[in-house]
Amino acid sequence: MSIEVLGITVLWTFLFGYLIIASIDFGAGFFSYYSTITGKRHLINNIIERYLSPVWEVTNVFLVFFFVGIVGFFPDTAYYYGTALLVPGSIAVILLALRGSYYAFNTYGVNKNNRFYMLLYGASGLLIPAALSTVMTISEGGYIEVNNAGKVTFLVRKLFTSTYSWSVVLLALVSVLYISAMFLSYYADRANDRGAFEVVRKYALAWSGPTILCSLLVFFAIRGHNAEHFDRMTAHAPLFVLSFACFLVALYHVWTRKRLGLSFIFVMLQFGFAFYGYGSAHLPYILYPYLTIHDNFTSQPMAIALVSVFILGLLLLIPSLYLLLRLFLFDTKYVQGKRGK
Amino acid sequence: MHTLLSSYDPVMYSRILTGLTLAFHIIFATIGVGVPLMIGLAEWMGIRRNDEHYMLMARRWARGFVITVAVGVVTGTAIGLQLSLLWPSFMRVAGQSIALPLFMETFAFFFEAIFLGIYLYTWDRFKKKTTHLWLLIPVVIGSSASAAFITIVNAFMNAPAGVTVKDGKIIDISPFGAMLSPAMPTKVSHVLVTAYLTCAFVLAAISAWSLLKGRNHIYYKKALKLTMVASCVFLLASAVIGDLSGKFLAKYQPEKLAAMEWHFDTTTEAPLVLGGILTDNNEIKYGLKIPYALSILAHGLPHAEVTGLNDIPADEQPPLYIHYLFDLKMGFVALMVLIAGSFMVLLWRRRERVFENKWILRGIILAAPLAMMTIEHGWIFSEVGRQPWLLRGIMRTSEGATVSDHVDTMLYVFAALYVVLAFSSVTVLIRMFRSNRAEDEIAAKGIEGGSEL
Repeated sequence: MSIEVLGITVLWTFLFGYLIIASIDFGAGFFSYYSTITGKRHLINNIIERYLSPVWEVTNVFLVFFFVGIVGFFPDTAYYYGTALLVPGSIAVILLALRGSYYAFNTYGVNKNNRFYMLLYGASGLLIPAALSTVMTISEGGYIEVNNAGKVTFLVRKLFTSTYSWSVVLLALVSVLYISAMFLSYYADRANDRGAFEVVRKYALAWSGPTILCSLLVFFAIRGHNAEHFDRMTAHAPLFVLSFACFLVALYHVWTRKRLGLSFIFVMLQFGFAFYGYGSAHLPYILYPYLTIHDNFTSQPMAIALVSVFILGLLLLIPSLYLLLRLFLFDTKYVQGKRGK
Repeated sequence: MHTLLSSYDPVMYSRILTGLTLAFHIIFATIGVGVPLMIGLAEWMGIRRNDEHYMLMARRWARGFVITVAVGVVTGTAIGLQLSLLWPSFMRVAGQSIALPLFMETFAFFFEAIFLGIYLYTWDRFKKKTTHLWLLIPVVIGSSASAAFITIVNAFMNAPAGVTVKDGKIIDISPFGAMLSPAMPTKVSHVLVTAYLTCAFVLAAISAWSLLKGRNHIYYKKALKLTMVASCVFLLASAVIGDLSGKFLAKYQPEKLAAMEWHFDTTTEAPLVLGGILTDNNEIKYGLKIPYALSILAHGLPHAEVTGLNDIPADEQPPLYIHYLFDLKMGFVALMVLIAGSFMVLLWRRRERVFENKWILRGIILAAPLAMMTIEHGWIFSEVGRQPWLLRGIMRTSEGATVSDHVDTMLYVFAALYVVLAFSSVTVLIRMFRSNRAEDEIAAKGIEGGSEL
């Protein structure tokens, strides 16, 4: 494995981490608000709060890690994406800022369960993934134009009128809700909270079908948009078949209400296979057709330094993350709310 | 004239928006760096003296801290992304040269975030009290390391190192060498110590406020003493580091020193100008000249030669108004020294009476915003003083900015966001502490603290 492939794999892995844990968070925000409207809030709010409280800050870090890392490994991405994404990027930042701070105000402040806070939290849970998913769309090419003087222009109108772009947004939304509901089913089951479990299990089952339909939609939309990428994806067909198989296994376990931890592992595998399949077919392009991992890679000494720091950092992070999970995810007493704060 | 006013200049708007985001973020970042240390001090005192008051202090500070951390995290994410969105050409160069500390910063932040989550939810989880305190150590280290790494990036912008520049382009890079800019030691230590200082003052002001309102619980006296003694220590440390920063500037950024001191001609035995205003033909009026002081400040010797602006090309000179920023900042520092000094003298001479002295308490309440203003002024001074450079000697500010449309609109939208966040976070914090005062919590929980101050 060359060092540039190693670099992009590391970054992609962090993005995958963000995809999973941020989806849980975003979806939980939506369900939390939705349950208020449908009068089921008292059933599911406890488990949502118990899981989210200690981990919300960690979620953001995955994203920061990704965009700082990509500028380090592939400095030219800052120039192309930075110039093009001023408006959508800023909107995403504002939504993230509102979401994060109002979550803290609501959870730690005196005025708990403020309706306005809840609405912000729920709505941003859907808008942020929609905004962020457009970066993936843009990376397929066709939405950024570079003239002879090197000036980068972002073709907003084209993005908003493209079928491909909207199919990606749709997939992002339903995936968020599906991943989140699948996780909450597992968490409610662990907490031994039957009432909550039955509610979130229904959400999980309801969003499973749309997830697969939207995946197929994107698969075909990409053929119309970037045929080259589509061809390479079909060359990776076994990965996508595996992804679908994992989906069936995960769904089976939620359906039969058995072994929900295993079920969530299969959800992660389902998205893992699809995400890495999509990603490896995307290579060598980071931005079609302007940036590739080979031509726009950072200097050799910087790459070596970044990789070394990354390895040292992981040695620090993995035990810490394990401790966090042990205390709040794998500790049955905490999950069941039997521990004082 | 009309075309001048209506012409859209993305460089200007990018500078204003970056400045606005940083001015807002720096408040929460400072709290994020300093408060964990203060919480740790309180919890440590509580364990050492077996005094529940200090344990409660740590808990209450931590409760408020979470709110500020949230705003700090989201505005930190904002500036992180804005760097690429507003300064794409700069980030392309920065990515090649100074990406390493930026990358390290995310690790430090990650580390801090994980342990903060654990710390906040495990107050009563362990049998040994020290176990919980140990969980705070990574938070303190992580937040201080974050600040250090970001400051290393800024030090590189002020005095690039570890790179070989040919025809204005970077050709050879040593990633670790770039982190060891000559500006790094003084900058990093200055940022850290002043963050600790500011937080000690902010927390002291909260206790002083309660005492001034006549709520004479010993809890507030303990808090005030702890925070004010800490302030004095940090104030002394900042003074020493501040002096070293002046000597660094003389050596590596003489243009910044010359502009901030209105030192127009290279001379030996240079005097220091305090205050004053500058006329249109660069004459200093009403200023107080202290003979030899600039030579001493810059090189430690009264006869040393100090580079003046006449030796700096005209298009590489920083704006001269940074003199006002710097003098204002030093004025704030003088006031803080006066306040902290008076407190210490009174504490030493009269013990208990200091907690009833209304003027001292008012002074301490004033010291908190002063300290925050000093940080803001010091930072703006340092950034403006680097102009016209973005990366000194390599890239000018005008070359680094985006060429996109709509930077002006983004500026207004972000300004609105910060107004909303500032208003909400302050409201939430005030409500939080009003509805649950320390003395009420002590009574409700039946906490018995020590009587020793």
